Amino acid sequence: MQEKVNSTPATGFNVIGSRPIRPDGMDKVTGRARFGADYNLPGQLVGKVLRSPHPHARIRSIDVTAALALDGVKSIVTRDDFPEQADATSNFGEGTINFHDVTRTVMAREKALFAGHPVAAVAATSEAVARRALKLIKVDYEVLPFVIDVDEAMKPDAPILHEKLVTQGVTPPPTKPTNIAKRVEFVLGDVDKGFKDADIVVQRDFKTAAVHQGYIEPHAVLATVAEDGQAEVWVSTQGHWIVRSNCAALLGWDISKIKVNAAEIGGGFGAKTVVYLEPLALALSKKAGRPVKMVMSREEVMRASGPTSAASMTIKVGVKKDGRIVAGEALLKYQAGALPGSPVGPGCMCAFAPYDIENVKTIGYDVVSNRPKVAAYRAPGAPISEYAVECVLDEIAGKLGMDPIEFRLKNAAKEGTRLAYGPKMGPIGYIETLEAAKASAHWRTPLGKNQGRGVASGYWFNIGGETTVSLVLNEDGTLVLTAGTPDIGGLRASLAMMASEELGVPLDKIRVQIGDTNSLGYNFLTGGSRSTYSSGMATVDAARDIKKEVMRRAAKLWDLPEEAVEWDAASNAVRPAGPNAGKHKPITLRDIAKMTGKTGGPIVGYARLNAHGAGPSLATHIADVEIDPETGKVSVIRYTAIQDAGRAIHPSYVEGQYQGGAVQGIGWALNEEYIYGSDGQLQNAGFLDYRIPVASDVPMIDTVIVEVPNPRHPYGVRGVGETPIVPPMAAIANAVADATGVRFTELPMSPPRVLARLEAARKAGEKGLKV
Amino acid sequence: MARVHLTPSLGQFTGGALVFEIDVATIKHLLTALVELHPALEPHFASGVAVAIDGTIFQDDLFSPIPPDSEVHILPMISGG
Repeated sequence: MQEKVNSTPATGFNVIGSRPIRPDGMDKVTGRARFGADYNLPGQLVGKVLRSPHPHARIRSIDVTAALALDGVKSIVTRDDFPEQADATSNFGEGTINFHDVTRTVMAREKALFAGHPVAAVAATSEAVARRALKLIKVDYEVLPFVIDVDEAMKPDAPILHEKLVTQGVTPPPTKPTNIAKRVEFVLGDVDKGFKDADIVVQRDFKTAAVHQGYIEPHAVLATVAEDGQAEVWVSTQGHWIVRSNCAALLGWDISKIKVNAAEIGGGFGAKTVVYLEPLALALSKKAGRPVKMVMSREEVMRASGPTSAASMTIKVGVKKDGRIVAGEALLKYQAGALPGSPVGPGCMCAFAPYDIENVKTIGYDVVSNRPKVAAYRAPGAPISEYAVECVLDEIAGKLGMDPIEFRLKNAAKEGTRLAYGPKMGPIGYIETLEAAKASAHWRTPLGKNQGRGVASGYWFNIGGETTVSLVLNEDGTLVLTAGTPDIGGLRASLAMMASEELGVPLDKIRVQIGDTNSLGYNFLTGGSRSTYSSGMATVDAARDIKKEVMRRAAKLWDLPEEAVEWDAASNAVRPAGPNAGKHKPITLRDIAKMTGKTGGPIVGYARLNAHGAGPSLATHIADVEIDPETGKVSVIRYTAIQDAGRAIHPSYVEGQYQGGAVQGIGWALNEEYIYGSDGQLQNAGFLDYRIPVASDVPMIDTVIVEVPNPRHPYGVRGVGETPIVPPMAAIANAVADATGVRFTELPMSPPRVLARLEAARKAGEKGLKV
Repeated sequence: MARVHLTPSLGQFTGGALVFEIDVATIKHLLTALVELHPALEPHFASGVAVAIDGTIFQDDLFSPIPPDSEVHILPMISGG
């Protein structure tokens, strides 16, 4: 049951806060919507990738002669088809990127760095021919020792992936190669003094497994390159401008030569913010002179597209007897995959962010190992570190004999709290989420046998970024809005609602489309919980642009100065103001739309901005679990997700984000993990063995929307897409501890692991064991 | 005069100095002033940083004003999923 259900607008609004039918729903339920693999062109070829069977091997040579000679093979690309890139981090779009590493992600160069690493790609007239061609490519490998685990990879005698990699962030700079790519550190106050002042100190070690984003739609692309070098791409992506710029850089082409269209997307969760197949398809198409379509199998998705990091962590927290936290320390070691770039930095920054703590120190290590390069996954880095911290806080609350929500309330960050990474918090709604949790029916409901309840909180920054939107006033007064951020979680509905709110045009008269890269100025991707915030901000600007132009034209029709007219929000019409009030009949948007030719030409609102000041979103989740002591199975039997949305434009979509994040977190907590054999091969590259939750595994996820508006957005929006995946792992771990009486410090808490832990607790005679 | 804080990880480029009092009008002027003081920061800044001005984070931006007596933090770029 939802605790906030309404179909009426929020107070003070006409549209915002209501729950209209989603505009993309009809196409999606009828199968009309076109996802990445639904695009086809006449004469297209099938592209397939040859992948390394070895987790670590030097590539001495690649011979494609026999494969190229096979009837039906039209082109083959290898490392030789992609120019070498400088080994330097650069500012690219709105992030830092090292194309030396990106080019090695899409195609192995001197070494294959993980089992599944692309070594060559073939375009052929059929899939069967392409597969036969892959078998004919001769790769001479020098097989090398490999390392999978993050702690093992940090050891001095570990196999080294990159001979030139030295640790950044260490003084003096080291000279010896290592798998530790970077050390980061954030310090607030004096932790040594804080721990000295503490009455209780708890320190625990944690391990989390690598988990995949688990989107249903595999990576898919269709690319065509004409004889004159003009290219067009249709792709399932979170950011088609990013696809364009990455491909241009990797291939050495002009950006203007590549036009990218975003298909409907069947999930991304961060992993479709990078390129895998796109540059290969373009290179194959250019060589073949025909369109090339490439679609990953599920196995390829699991073996070769980015999961998130596995991690090894040590957390230490000190408190006074009254429950005040006086010191927090975290040592975080995140596995980056084969190339540097784990999200350990944000992991460090977020670890203690929900709390007002005077003394905090976080140290993070970015560590490479022979696995696929990690990619972003909802609030990248934060779920891992905050899981560990929230487990320690729960244990401390137990030692203090305090209610875990009261303990969090006593230490909760609020406006003005200094974050461990430096700045002070702006307005946030964390305390409101805790109060809502405390007041919820869920928190007060008694538990049964073998059941336990846990609570945990989470923080994520949210971001803004470059955004462009156009809004066209049609001649009948309807509107077409073109945005550049792919619609993953209800963007079209939210933007239409904001335009409708501004201009008073009914929702069914506003059509929102996602434009291609040639139709708008640059748009950063849909990620970082930014699209409703940034594209929404731009939509409001574009709508106000239209409003201004309509007022200008009405003033001219009345021979009045522009400042002598005003917009009447109640009737959504322009009327004379001041001494001229009442002299002319108000003119509506529709009236002006009919005479745009006579009054100066088409009316188009346009907004281009770099959105800053995205407000962070904080959440508190409550989980109830039941343990089967015979099998070790943990079942989540009740779950409530409470989060500050700033302002929920379309509450159903906001609730959907809360529910989706919670369910992904349940999978992360209980079942999902990359399992490697002693041969360095991924053992569970498919949904039969890699167990994501299905509907029957989870209860209805109850939601509570807290609204503490973000003052930087015209309607108060915060991003909501990422924070919901931060609290679940700790909420469930704390519930499991409540149910069993023993703590679990390793994810996932899968049945074998739970059974082993309970058995060990029984043998050791651990105090407090309940099952 | 803005009070500017660097994260400890940047101390390696400044001889350990992490706090600066600087009179600047914009982020551009701030980054320029810091690089003049400590040239080793230049490549780090060129690859992208976020700047928090009195708690509000500005990413990939040069012209946002830095009010007098504001508190400024130079942070890593923040992305997301």
